[in-house]
Formats: sequence, structure tokens, C-alpha cells
Amino acid sequence: MFGNFDTQVLIKNHALLLNGMLISLELTAIAAVFGMVIGCVLAFMRLSRLLVVAWIATAYVNLLRSVPLILVIFWFYMLVPKVVGHPTGAFTSVMIAFVLFEAAYYCEIVRAGIAGIRRGQAQAGLALGFRPTQVMRYVILPQAIRTMVPVLLSQVIVMFQDTSLVYIVGVRDFLTAAEVVADTNNRPLELYTTVAVVFLAICLTASLLVARLRPRTAR
Amino acid sequence: MNYHWDWGVLFRSPYFVWILSGFGLTCLISVLAWGIALVVGSVVGVCRTLENRAARAMGTMYVELFRNIPLLVQLFLWFYVVPEVLPIAWGRYLTRGLPYAPFWTTVVGLGLYTAARVAEQVRSGIGAIPRGQREAALAVGFSLPQVYRYVLLPVGYRTIIPSLTSDFLGVFKNSSLALTLGVLELTATTRQIEDYTFQAFEPFTAATVLYALVTFTAMGVMRVLEGRGRIAGTLAIGGR
Repeated sequence: MFGNFDTQVLIKNHALLLNGMLISLELTAIAAVFGMVIGCVLAFMRLSRLLVVAWIATAYVNLLRSVPLILVIFWFYMLVPKVVGHPTGAFTSVMIAFVLFEAAYYCEIVRAGIAGIRRGQAQAGLALGFRPTQVMRYVILPQAIRTMVPVLLSQVIVMFQDTSLVYIVGVRDFLTAAEVVADTNNRPLELYTTVAVVFLAICLTASLLVARLRPRTAR
Repeated sequence: MNYHWDWGVLFRSPYFVWILSGFGLTCLISVLAWGIALVVGSVVGVCRTLENRAARAMGTMYVELFRNIPLLVQLFLWFYVVPEVLPIAWGRYLTRGLPYAPFWTTVVGLGLYTAARVAEQVRSGIGAIPRGQREAALAVGFSLPQVYRYVLLPVGYRTIIPSLTSDFLGVFKNSSLALTLGVLELTATTRQIEDYTFQAFEPFTAATVLYALVTFTAMGVMRVLEGRGRIAGTLAIGGR
């Protein structure tokens, strides 16, 4: 029961756990930044008038969104060393997997944000003599970004939780570190409860902050 | 990249059956977990639309709790921690007595996790119905359960069919987490085949195709359902 909750095991291994958390955060940050860049590129490809370009981006996004992240992690875990030609660490392949996987999700958020702007806005911009790129830059994007940012940030929170899946290829993230400690000390109760509470605290705080960003009119 | 491709491995003696049974297990976990998610999610979602403050607070707590802890951590909690916290006899039953414990743990854990998402959809579906409908139903003399049963839920569910479909696909993909508890579902079988044959990419491809196939089928079914269940005067993707 919770009566004999052993805090000693947490204190003794805090460095290991903290290091795991740093790896989780690092992975989240890298995947968020590069995933968003690639996601934006994919979104513009999907909106392109060149059908081949649009089709390639659509196929990529639909494929990635229809398979489990675990399977994608396995794919890249096997694929990356083969492509590079020499063994790479598990972290590198996991990082690439997260960037490419998340890009598909960010793409859809960006695309929905742009598609959500009423057509009349673009037409008005064109009627005023703006070039199409100017319409995008001065009319559509400023409005679209306001609706996109909260959704993108929510996706980052989801992804932060998903980083726990790197456990399956043995990257020492927060959960994996906790699992190692739980295993060696036979203390699953203390470790997994702590992991849950820490994730809950971080994600709840972050999602409350994101909720404040949402435009008031949306609710 | 040098890799010896051998697609025949997929159809050789034990491996073909492994993939099929893995796929079957993935489907079974998904359907059972989805059942739990729909029932629990609907109850929690309805709670969040009630006037009663306690009911709303409970609903909110459920959603925030299950949504802000990673699914894998939740599965570990159900599998390793819950048996320790429960009375000893119950805990022993869960760890030793219960047949297929990892399977049931995944079903329950995944179901309760997804219920939080379903609850949010149900809440927003009901919330999108104009206030007047609830008031009209009450004015006609319906009791509150009747208002939900005959007015709010039938309309609410139909408007959220697309988002419920994507939640179902979430369950389907997340069922792969069962492999961490040792359940041989689709993704786990591909790993197992790789262990036995050193052929990684063929089984991975097979799994990818199967997952994609189910996803695209579900999307197609969703379009048909949405078109059929369309509420007059509203727009829906599948509507004519």
C-alpha cells in the first residue's frame, strides 16, 4: 500500500531520473522545431497547384498518420543505420523518427489553419492588387497563425507524452530511467507513480497555459 | 544500402500465421477497448454538460487525469502498480490468477485512456446543440434523462462521427503499445519475425500495409455513415 512509500529510492536515483527527463525534453524540443519546419513545407506542398507535388505530400501525410508511432520508431531504428552505412545510436534514429512522424501531424494543423480562412479574404486581397504571395503573407497567414498556434502547442504536449515510447528501443528517457530504477530496486509503485505525477504536473500546467492562448471568440 | 530482400518470408510456414494472429489480436484489443471508451466516455462527457457542479467537476477531473499522463505510463500503472495497491487477495488474482492479464490490462487501460478523448467529443457535440432544443424538450415535459436520450444524444453523436472515427483510429494504432506488456499483437509479431529471420523490412512493410488498410477503410465507412446520419440543413462531407 501507499503506507510504505519509499522516498529514499527516489532521492538516491534522482540524478538518473533527472537525466532521463532532460532526454525527453530534448527529444520534444528537437522534434517540435524540425517537425514544424517540415510540417509547414508539407502543408504548402499540399496546397500547391502542381498536382504531383500536392499528391506526394498528401500520400506522405496519410501514410504516416495511419501507422502507430511504435511501428515508425521500429522502422527508423532498423532503417537509419542501413541508410547511413554505420551504426548510429538509438537516440539519433528515434529523433529522426519523431521529426518525420510529427511533421505529418503539424502539416495537417497548418493546412487546416490556412484552409479555415474564408475564401473572400484571399479574393479581396487579390482585388486590391496584392500578388498571391503577398495575399499569403499579409492577409492569410496573420489570421491563420492565430488559430494554428494553440493547436500546434497542444500537439507538442501530446508529443512530449509520446516520447515515453522510446522505451521500446532502450533510449534512456524519463520512463526508461524510471523502469531501470524500478527493476533494480524492485520498487515499481514508487517509480511509476512518480513518473505519472510528474507528467501530469507538466502537461496539465502546459495545457492550461495553452488554453489561455486560445482566441476568446473561439469558445 | 545493402539488404537482402526476401518477400517469401512473409508467406513461409509459421510467419504467415503469426502475422494473421497478430492482426486479429490488434483488432480484438481495438474493438474491446473502443467499447469501453464509448461507454465510459459518453457517461463522462454527459456529466460535463450537466448543471450539477459535482458531476461536472468529476468529469473534468477524469478527462484531465487521463489525458495528461502518457498512455504507456498508464499501462505500467495498471499492470505493475495497481495489483500492489489493491487488497492482497485481489492483487494476487490480477498477477497470478487472471488469464491473459497483459491483454486485459491493455484493453482496460487503453479503453479508459481513450474515454477521456471520447468524453471531450461528446461534450462538444452536445455543447454545439442550440440551447433552445434542451429548453423546448423540457418545456414539452421530458424528464432530464429523456432530454438526453431522445434529443441531445442522437443529434450530438451524429455531429461528432468524424472526430469519433479519428479517436477509433487512435485506439487502433495505440493498441500497439500492448507489445510493451508482452502481448503479441501486429507490431510485436513483426519484431518477433525479425528476431527469427533477421528480415526486418518485409514484416514491417506487411504491418504498415495492414494498418493503413484498416485506416483507409474506416475513413470510407465514416464518410458513408456521416452522409446517412446527416442532419437536415447542415453540411457534412459525405452528404449529397
